[in-house]
Amino acid sequence: MIKVENLYNTFGHIETAKNIYCHFEQKKVTCILGGSGSGKSTLLKQMVGLGKPTSGKIIFDGQDITTLNRKDMYKLRKKMGMLFQGSALFNSLNIYENVAFPLREHTDLSDNVINTIIKIKLEMVGLRGVEHLMPSQLSGGMTKRVGLARAIVMDPKVVFYDEPTSGLDPIAAGVIDKLIKDLNLKLGVTSIVVSHDVDAALKIADKIIILFYGDIIAEGTPEEIRNSDDPKVIQFINGSPDGPIPFKMTDKDFIEDILDEKI
Amino acid sequence: MATGNPIAAFGRGGLNTLSGIGSAGIFLIHAITQIFSRPFRLRRYIQEIEFLGAKSFLIVFVTAIFTGMVLALQGYYTLSGFGAEALLGVAVSQSIIRELGPVLCALMVAGRAGSATAAEIGIMKITDQVPALEMMAIDPIAFIISPKVLAGIISVPILTGFFDLIGIGGGYLVGVNLLGVNEGAFIGNMVSTVTAHDIWGGFLKSVFFGLIIAWVATFKGYTAKATTEGVAAATTSTVVLSSVLILVVDYILTSMLL
Repeated sequence: MIKVENLYNTFGHIETAKNIYCHFEQKKVTCILGGSGSGKSTLLKQMVGLGKPTSGKIIFDGQDITTLNRKDMYKLRKKMGMLFQGSALFNSLNIYENVAFPLREHTDLSDNVINTIIKIKLEMVGLRGVEHLMPSQLSGGMTKRVGLARAIVMDPKVVFYDEPTSGLDPIAAGVIDKLIKDLNLKLGVTSIVVSHDVDAALKIADKIIILFYGDIIAEGTPEEIRNSDDPKVIQFINGSPDGPIPFKMTDKDFIEDILDEKI
Repeated sequence: MATGNPIAAFGRGGLNTLSGIGSAGIFLIHAITQIFSRPFRLRRYIQEIEFLGAKSFLIVFVTAIFTGMVLALQGYYTLSGFGAEALLGVAVSQSIIRELGPVLCALMVAGRAGSATAAEIGIMKITDQVPALEMMAIDPIAFIISPKVLAGIISVPILTGFFDLIGIGGGYLVGVNLLGVNEGAFIGNMVSTVTAHDIWGGFLKSVFFGLIIAWVATFKGYTAKATTEGVAAATTSTVVLSSVLILVVDYILTSMLL
């Protein structure tokens, strides 16, 4: 479905992807795990064409999206849905109009049909009955669910999730995790989730990719990741503060650093 | 590092300015071509005209009436020194129609709607609403920017028309009702001196000013850094830059029209 080939990206001196290869299978849930600054959000943005990598290819359905022009990109985007970290609902529109927005823009469906579709999508995320509310009147977890309803309203083949549960309480986070899995199982939506929530990823993913400062340090099923003997992976899934992934920014001796007057 | 070299710094500054102007130009051309491309979002255009135009009416009204009143007051004392109070209507109407109407009206709209526009677009960026449009395969420039640009070009000339009328009304109020200038002289001399050329000139200015306000505000908002400081800076520089541009362009247009 999506293949990332030899992807390299830098922002100034920081390398966010060091010639990585990875593959996202159709109708599977793939989680990209990594700490803050590991390059996972940048990778996600580049996979949906919101940013261009320094070099390398991203193949979506046989097309290299790094070379597409605006028109072809928009055509391809109709097969994609995305749930943004902050939900990205339009705060001037109510819930109904937010979810209906892509339908009104891209289709000539009658109001009746749109109404039915919205009811179905809101039912899927368990929010039928809040249509008339404004986004500011909903909790964080609920706006995420509305964002999800909007992301799937055009029946995309692939849905991208950018940190879908960060900032949510455990119950709301659990609801989102369940919805991601449900959508994948019931509708066969290919799902790509960028997250740092290890437990959730182990629960819902078919495949996990762990990214560390631009390198893929592990790749495999949750079972394989759990049983990995790579110290970096063990440190990451256990959340240990120090280990092969250093706690300190510098190896220099502390006493030497204090005595050294040149900074 | 070459940062210490003043010639290099000057060159880098020049290049940055040039590329800034270039990208602002490309941005505007993109927005204008999208006005004429499908789908036509009539509702969005009406919304923006309401926001930029209709909702600016009150502030334009207040500014206009006091401008006209103070012009009449000042003009009366100057003109009466020469025994020329009869020309008060001419003085008020000429200064308002040619200069003060378009310029003051545009400055007020830049302060009220320009800053709000930049802030709105900046916040849409911070909250990912702009990339969300991209992800829904909707061109954010066509959806957000084009209606605002057209609204600027349509609303500011209409508001300027109101400014002119209300301003002259204010001048009449003070000149005729308060200071006792002859009503016939005020109106008669005004009607016989104001030409279609004056009105067209004012209209042309206001079209340019509307474009400047919308262009600066949308570009500054759209290119704002996606942080709180970024939006604050975009809002401030929108008001400063569009006000300065309005005054500079006013001089250029006046020198070409006279």
